[in-house]
Amino acid sequence: MTEHILRMSGITKTFPGVKALQDVNLSVRRGEIHAICGENGAGKSTLMKVLSGVYPHGDYEGEITFEGRRCEFGGIRDSEHAGIVIIHQELALSPQLSIAENIFLGNERARRGVIDWNRTNYEAAELMKRVGLRENPTTPISDIGVGKQQLVEIAKALSKEVKLLILDEPTAALNDDDSAHLLDLLRGLRDEGITCVIISHKLNEVIAIADAVTIIRDGRTIETLNMATDDVTEDRIISGMVGRALDNRFPPHEGTIGEEAFRIEDWTVYSPSQPGRKVVDGAGLTLRRGEIVGLAGLMGAGRTELAMSVFGRTYGVNISGKLYKDGKPIEIRNVQDAIGHGIAYATEDRKRYGLNLIEDIKRNISAAGLKGLSKRGWVNENEEYRVAERFRAGMNIKAPGVTSVVGKLSGGNQQKVVLSKWILTEPDVLILDEPTRGIDVGAKYEIYTIINRLADQGKAVLVISSELPELLGLCDRIYTLSEGRITGEVPRAEATQERLMYLMTKGQE
Amino acid sequence: MSSITPADVAVGATGDGGAPRQPGRVSLGGLSVNLRSSGIYIAFALIIVLFSVLTDGALLQPQNISNIIVQNSYVLILAIGMILIIIAGHIDLSVGSVVAVTGGLSAVLMVNMGVAWPLALLITIIAGALIGAWQGYWIAYFGIPAFIVTLAGMLLFRALTLTVLGNQGIGPFPDQVRTLANGFTNGYFGNVGLGPLGGADLFSLLIGVVAIAGMVLAQWRARGARKGYGQAVEPIALFVLKMAAGAALILFVVVQLARFKNLPWVLVLLAVLVLAYSLMANRTVFGRQIYAIGGNLQAAVMSGVKVKSVVFWIFVNMGVLSAIAGIIFAGRLNQAGPTAGNSFELDAIAAAFIGGAAVQGGVGKVVGAITGGLIMAVINNGMSLIGSPSERVMLVKGAVLLAAVAFDVWTKRRTGASR
Repeated sequence: MTEHILRMSGITKTFPGVKALQDVNLSVRRGEIHAICGENGAGKSTLMKVLSGVYPHGDYEGEITFEGRRCEFGGIRDSEHAGIVIIHQELALSPQLSIAENIFLGNERARRGVIDWNRTNYEAAELMKRVGLRENPTTPISDIGVGKQQLVEIAKALSKEVKLLILDEPTAALNDDDSAHLLDLLRGLRDEGITCVIISHKLNEVIAIADAVTIIRDGRTIETLNMATDDVTEDRIISGMVGRALDNRFPPHEGTIGEEAFRIEDWTVYSPSQPGRKVVDGAGLTLRRGEIVGLAGLMGAGRTELAMSVFGRTYGVNISGKLYKDGKPIEIRNVQDAIGHGIAYATEDRKRYGLNLIEDIKRNISAAGLKGLSKRGWVNENEEYRVAERFRAGMNIKAPGVTSVVGKLSGGNQQKVVLSKWILTEPDVLILDEPTRGIDVGAKYEIYTIINRLADQGKAVLVISSELPELLGLCDRIYTLSEGRITGEVPRAEATQERLMYLMTKGQE
Repeated sequence: MSSITPADVAVGATGDGGAPRQPGRVSLGGLSVNLRSSGIYIAFALIIVLFSVLTDGALLQPQNISNIIVQNSYVLILAIGMILIIIAGHIDLSVGSVVAVTGGLSAVLMVNMGVAWPLALLITIIAGALIGAWQGYWIAYFGIPAFIVTLAGMLLFRALTLTVLGNQGIGPFPDQVRTLANGFTNGYFGNVGLGPLGGADLFSLLIGVVAIAGMVLAQWRARGARKGYGQAVEPIALFVLKMAAGAALILFVVVQLARFKNLPWVLVLLAVLVLAYSLMANRTVFGRQIYAIGGNLQAAVMSGVKVKSVVFWIFVNMGVLSAIAGIIFAGRLNQAGPTAGNSFELDAIAAAFIGGAAVQGGVGKVVGAITGGLIMAVINNGMSLIGSPSERVMLVKGAVLLAAVAFDVWTKRRTGASR
């Protein structure tokens, strides 16, 4: 009989007109890593917001017992006071402040209102050592990568004497190296007696790290599995999440590969923020019609930078290299040129670069292809509506209508809007950067189907992804990128995770 | 294990399976969105009713309606340009000074140098465009925040005005310019009797009837086209009701004006500008790009919008409209003075925000900004009719501005527009 540090029982949370959580139970034993799995919108984040006091006591029904005491949190400060700290998916750090300042933000090391900088930086350095962050405490947050920023968040939590650490999709933005480091760190924290709750879409990580997993679907607890006693596999979790056995995560696809559509040669890009640093170094790749090509690389390898620099020089300085479309050399100076040459780039960061969240579906879909919907500068609004409606049906965008605001859609449906936008520009070449990031299993399958359909229409597709199984399941051919250089090109038949990982880390010594 | 329950099916069928809070919110969301976009018009109607009662109907007397329009026309013209800039996520603090310097320039040309008035107006408008281009360059291509550039412009162009005019006004203006700013259309067809309402100008009435017919016809055709594309349209009863309300409003204003001194020229100008800019904002690629830039600048860049060029041109446009406002203001006073246009920028900005523009950009309508401007105009006028001191008028206007934006923020939070 192990002691439970946290018991949430009968939690019901109602938003106007809909029950987001219905009689949810969650029991976390002291000193374990407890994973919560569920599709997007299943209610995981809502549950964590209830726990951390974002939705104060009285706003929900049910009971929370933490460390044997009933809790009635009125806000985040209350839950943090009790020792519960939540780290959100979107990190809450102030980019211009230093690491140390961020760690002690709202919890300053001060004497009579005056900050003691020596103590601040000293204690920050101690905490940074604990989380394995090798940086100067005075370095601004904006100068370190996402992986390290995540560590800063954890250090910040540790500074608050955390007993229960909640991480919402902690590795979503991290490369495999940083993820591995983070998971190791969580194991270390567990050994120090800190209980962790992690919400994750990455089931392999869940299997690797969790001691127990609770599956939530449609606002209800489905089951809690014990890793030690139950036979837990990824497929087992997935079937719990989606309520059906998912025997195949990738739609079957046999491509018919045609002529060369797009070629990048000797592409070199320098960093805009660190002068002299090559982010992409003499990279070259070839895309053919009807082919789905993967681009694998660790975070920081220059995948997005390569794509964005090609797509109208939207990243980088001193860009050099040659581009060929259908065998003919072309010049792309800006996004308009790229679109004009039939190239589309769907960004990895939908909310920042992909969508106008306050605008409706139809205007987002038409944003890049307005030229085709207008005559002498005048938009044909009825045609726009018709086209958007066609995409909504064809892409299965789940929304009441094309006048629904995009910001209210789920991640998967937002991604379908982004894809619709680019398909409307009638591209020959589509670069899809992390097309399934942050979207649930069911929607992923739909996105894969759409990608296959695009290839079948004779378009060349380049898929950039951090998830190797995704590239293996989807692509006809995979390039690996490491430190800005193409280190390998592997056809589907020969590709394995191990081989790709070997190539992705090549030349890093 | 659970199989698929009716609840699962229901969620899937109503739409957003990924976000279960959607289905219940549709009707509620629809209502609050409606409230958010039409609240301003309801507020306008209430304010008119309020002041009609407080002033014993003096507010809606023919001459007073005419006064409200003529006295506020230049701020309304500025509000049209300002709303576009605010939608794009920028601001323009210099318009008051630009009004002064362009008004001064037109006076120097016409009064001191004797340039023919059409040519003088053209030169003035070009000068306004150049001023806009100057500011647009620093903002769009050099990358200085509009707040700073136009704050500098506010000082620069006021200084320029003082340099040109010295400390005195220049006037009088040619009759044609004064007529444009202050005058009325000719009574080409004489008067007709309207029974108990007395005589009214036939030409003005005809214009009103043509405007109503044009509005109804355009809306009817748009409705037909939408139906042709298989889109849902509002029920015919609601359509008729809306058209009848619109027609009644136009008819009322026109009849009142026709009973006074015909249509003010500035009203004609304003009507043309409002119509043209509304169409531009909604129906043209350029207009759409303004909204795209304000809604998400980076997404607009990545969608191939020529952001710099669009921002540059909306500032050029602001310069042109400022010049028009400058001419009208000077013409109405019959003198271009060094203090002309003081704090006009604040009135124009307030009009835009009262009219529903969002502080973060990406949201707003030309008609909304005009309504916002008219709300302030009616408050001004109504309060002075009942003899309120100017400090109280200022107090009320400040409170209205704050309340309007607070309402906007509040409804946005309730509907959870941003996650």
